[in-house]
Amino acid sequence: MDSRRSSRAVIDPKVRQVGFFTSAPLPPDRTQSDPPDPIRSPPLADASSPGNSLSPVMIPPPRHPSDSLLRLPHSPSDAFPPPSPTTTTTSLGDFSDDVTAASSPPPAAARVRGRGSSVKQQGAASSFPGGGFEVPPSVKAPSSVPASGLTTVSVVKLPPGISVEVQSDRALNSKPLKEKTSKAERRAIQEAQRAAKAAAKAEGIKTPAVTALANAKSAKSTKPSPQRNDSAVVVAASEKKGGDRSVEKDRKKDVPHPRMQYDDKSRVQKLKKRSVVKPTEARNRVELFRHLPQYEHGTQLPVLQSKFFQLDTLHPAVYKVGLQYLSGDICGGNARCIAMLQAFQEAIRDYSTPPAKTLSRDLTAKISSYVSFLIDCRPLSVSMGNAIRFLKSQIAKIPISLSESEAKATLHSDIERFINEKIILADRVIVKHAVTKIRDGDVLLTYGSSSAVEMILQHAHELGKQFRVVIVDSRPKHEGKLLLRRLVRKGLSCTYTHINAISYIMHEVTRVFLGASSVLSNGTVYSRVGTACVAMVAYGFHIPVLVCCEAYKFHERVQLDSICSNELGDPDSISKVPGREDINHLDGWDKSENLQLLNLIYDATPSDYVSLIITDYGMIPPTSVPVIVREYGRGQLWI
Amino acid sequence: MDFQVVVLAGGTSKKLVPLVSKEVPKALLPVANRPVLSYVLEQLELSNIKDLIVVVEGADAALCVGGWISAAYVDRLHVEVATVPEDVGTAGALRAIAHHLTAKDVLVVSGDLVSDVPPGAVTAAHRRHDAVVTAMICSVPVSGLSEAGSSGAKDKTKKPGRYNIIGMDPTKQFLLHIATGAELEKDTRIRKSILRAVGQMDIRADLMDAHMYAFNRSVLQEVLDQKDKFQSLKQDVLPYLVRSQLKSEILINGAPQGQQAKENGNDKVSYRILANASTPSFHELYALGPNGSAPVRRTHKCCVYIASNSKYCVRLNSIQAFMDINRDVIGEANHLSGYNFSAQNNIIHPSAELGSKTTVGPHCMLGEGSQMGDKCSVKRSVIGRHCRIGSNVKVVNSVVMNHVTIGDGCSIQGSVICSNAQLQERVALKDCQVLSLSTSVFLSLSSNEYL
Repeated sequence: MDSRRSSRAVIDPKVRQVGFFTSAPLPPDRTQSDPPDPIRSPPLADASSPGNSLSPVMIPPPRHPSDSLLRLPHSPSDAFPPPSPTTTTTSLGDFSDDVTAASSPPPAAARVRGRGSSVKQQGAASSFPGGGFEVPPSVKAPSSVPASGLTTVSVVKLPPGISVEVQSDRALNSKPLKEKTSKAERRAIQEAQRAAKAAAKAEGIKTPAVTALANAKSAKSTKPSPQRNDSAVVVAASEKKGGDRSVEKDRKKDVPHPRMQYDDKSRVQKLKKRSVVKPTEARNRVELFRHLPQYEHGTQLPVLQSKFFQLDTLHPAVYKVGLQYLSGDICGGNARCIAMLQAFQEAIRDYSTPPAKTLSRDLTAKISSYVSFLIDCRPLSVSMGNAIRFLKSQIAKIPISLSESEAKATLHSDIERFINEKIILADRVIVKHAVTKIRDGDVLLTYGSSSAVEMILQHAHELGKQFRVVIVDSRPKHEGKLLLRRLVRKGLSCTYTHINAISYIMHEVTRVFLGASSVLSNGTVYSRVGTACVAMVAYGFHIPVLVCCEAYKFHERVQLDSICSNELGDPDSISKVPGREDINHLDGWDKSENLQLLNLIYDATPSDYVSLIITDYGMIPPTSVPVIVREYGRGQLWI
Repeated sequence: MDFQVVVLAGGTSKKLVPLVSKEVPKALLPVANRPVLSYVLEQLELSNIKDLIVVVEGADAALCVGGWISAAYVDRLHVEVATVPEDVGTAGALRAIAHHLTAKDVLVVSGDLVSDVPPGAVTAAHRRHDAVVTAMICSVPVSGLSEAGSSGAKDKTKKPGRYNIIGMDPTKQFLLHIATGAELEKDTRIRKSILRAVGQMDIRADLMDAHMYAFNRSVLQEVLDQKDKFQSLKQDVLPYLVRSQLKSEILINGAPQGQQAKENGNDKVSYRILANASTPSFHELYALGPNGSAPVRRTHKCCVYIASNSKYCVRLNSIQAFMDINRDVIGEANHLSGYNFSAQNNIIHPSAELGSKTTVGPHCMLGEGSQMGDKCSVKRSVIGRHCRIGSNVKVVNSVVMNHVTIGDGCSIQGSVICSNAQLQERVALKDCQVLSLSTSVFLSLSSNEYL
């Protein structure tokens, strides 16, 4: 623990560089304010932007790393006296209290429900009449039409005539299936290990763990192995927090996590082989973004739909969420995370450990297969990665002595707690902090549609503050329109404009509130494309930019640009203008060789342009993000 | 995936009366020498659906169908056959087997559907929107395409088909209005509330209901229980659900509206985050009411899946459709038949015997053990098993079933000749249906008659 702390007192560029490697020891976008020695620079150094001198943002006093280390868990609440006595929930003590209270009694209702459903199934099954063609009508006919009995005329495994109920037949079928997969599973593990060894030899010591991880990931796909999964968990999981931390795992922890490079032909082939969705890759890809997955939009959905019944191993709830990701029915970091967790909750509720397997291992494998399905549908967001990491650590922590129903109930309440504390409660705390920054007469600008910002605006309106909102929107998603509709309905006075007019509208704005998909540990805000533009214009006008982001979206990765990690959207959506069929200059663009369309989903806002990050641990300057990541992002504090 | 599949195989349909009989119920009518039911079952098997309930009208028909399935699908599918009395209608059939349905959703497929649309597409659309019912619709087939000479067939197609009027929202995901052919004569009435909520409605007359529905089971059972009068899924249940979608009278268990009352604050917030994240459908907007904080009105969703034009999707519900399907399955939609076509684009069973100078054109099929004399010519026709055909016979655009004997010099155009029929020499048939049971035909018949 101590060693880790000392190594991570500040950003360690040696470990963190992901995209472009430079020999400079410092991240280049920090040269403005920070002293050259990274060790000496206090983590809570005053923010660099000159806009801060004008802004009413509270800047915490600088602190020395030596004494801050011990006090840091409480520092946010110390540094920022809560605006009202009710905000004491931010302090650490209360959080942990809530935690223990919620976790200790596994709700009995869940167990009862589980049992009840099984009883019901048996009842239904037993009402099936036996075989033979002459079947007396069943006892309870729902209407005047006599109920008809079923006659089993064709059976899969058993000879006809023996009465076979649907349910029991399924149970029978499932058993041999399991055995078969376990064989394939073992082979997959073996191959992965062999390939990992070979790759490590070939590439030398430079990136041994990366390839191992990648191979393990591809092995996991076919039928994931419980052990491998642990290490290859998620996009975001570059380090583990289980109790047994071997040397090997430590080494893995130090390298940047492997991100799939989609310009690597062989790996893409491998990925395609295991992929459920079988995407067709787009042809006209922008050179700079070839490492990102880009598929022909519109081809994935029908394929996934037609495979509805083939995906037996998938829980229906997970399938539904994947379908909704793919079709764009659900978007937004919080919503996607909640939807995923709720689907996992349902999957865990219906889960039963197969014989001769332990719950923690088998369930982890199951969750991993769900996750890889979801990745096929749409790349995971950082928030989802963190949530999956949390869930897996919770599964790993389940003592083996716990009965299955108790373990499931525990996990159910764990997920519930994560949603409540990390998302909903966090949003409430953020709202309470942020409302103090809104004064009468303010003109607030927001971009896109962020759930946290929306709550802030609504709460401030409920408090009776007099302010105006400028909603800046952009093509092609027009997410701001939905926000606008909801705010106008609540009676807020709003202005709606597109991002083209940002420099004009910025004259009258006094504060900018932005949401974020993720905040990285160099303070970079990773958010909907266009956010960086808004933040930079605001910076130019000396207007404070407040980013609202729950702490579970923080990530220790460092990213300097929006190229190395991003997501590509449907290029057709920017080539077509809805409602204007006459603008068809780009029709058939994919036929021409020398035209590529780029529809980026995210961008990275450098921390220089961010005055303040409002999170559930308080209001912090972007330079303090590593502290939050270090102190709260660890496994022990996810609880 | 928590789906149960019900195949409504029907009984002895009146519309197909010369073709179907006690021995050959509708489900066993041969299409390219395979029962039509096998097309549905195969399509389902292809989608990895192993458990089926096949509902047959009438005990005799059930025996036939059950016997055939158990012979053909033993060790492949787990099929249960339920017998319902005749003339209960599709809704009545489901009512009769309602107590066997336990899964969350039910997929109801008509047994006479010849299609290569994956059923998963319908069910996935159903799940994606949490719909109460999802109907698959397809474009109305162009019938009577037979260009080779039979103008009579074209007259037949002109009789009023069952036109549907289908209204959808602009995104083509929700069903707003559906009217079947019988109602077409009257004015079409469209709910003003629906029109106001949606804002824009696409009305199509070139689409038809393909009789593949995904239902929410509890809703289906509730509707069937409450509305005793409902006879048909297509004409009663589906229009009822579509009509009442904005003032829902059904209790959907697990619907967000019902949940919200008893949930605590945190769940409400997460529900709101989820709801805000997605573009609300008009149902949700309407349910929210004018000021839009808490849902005030109960709605349910009726979704639609439109089969793309590249897919084949036709129902065998008339004699004309029977001929069309037979022609298409060995013609343009030949991937459905499951046979390997020869280089001449036809299928001739190796045991079939052809006389000298006999030509079998493309898009033809000759069953096993059939014999043909000299100088015959077969075009765009299906000939069944163990038929004996004399010399100088012309068969064009026709379906000849099994064990048929045709004398020398016959000419058969656009006709269906059922099993075991015997045609004497020099018979000319045009657009006829010849019944089975050893009927001997001496005369030349022109059009639209059956024996």
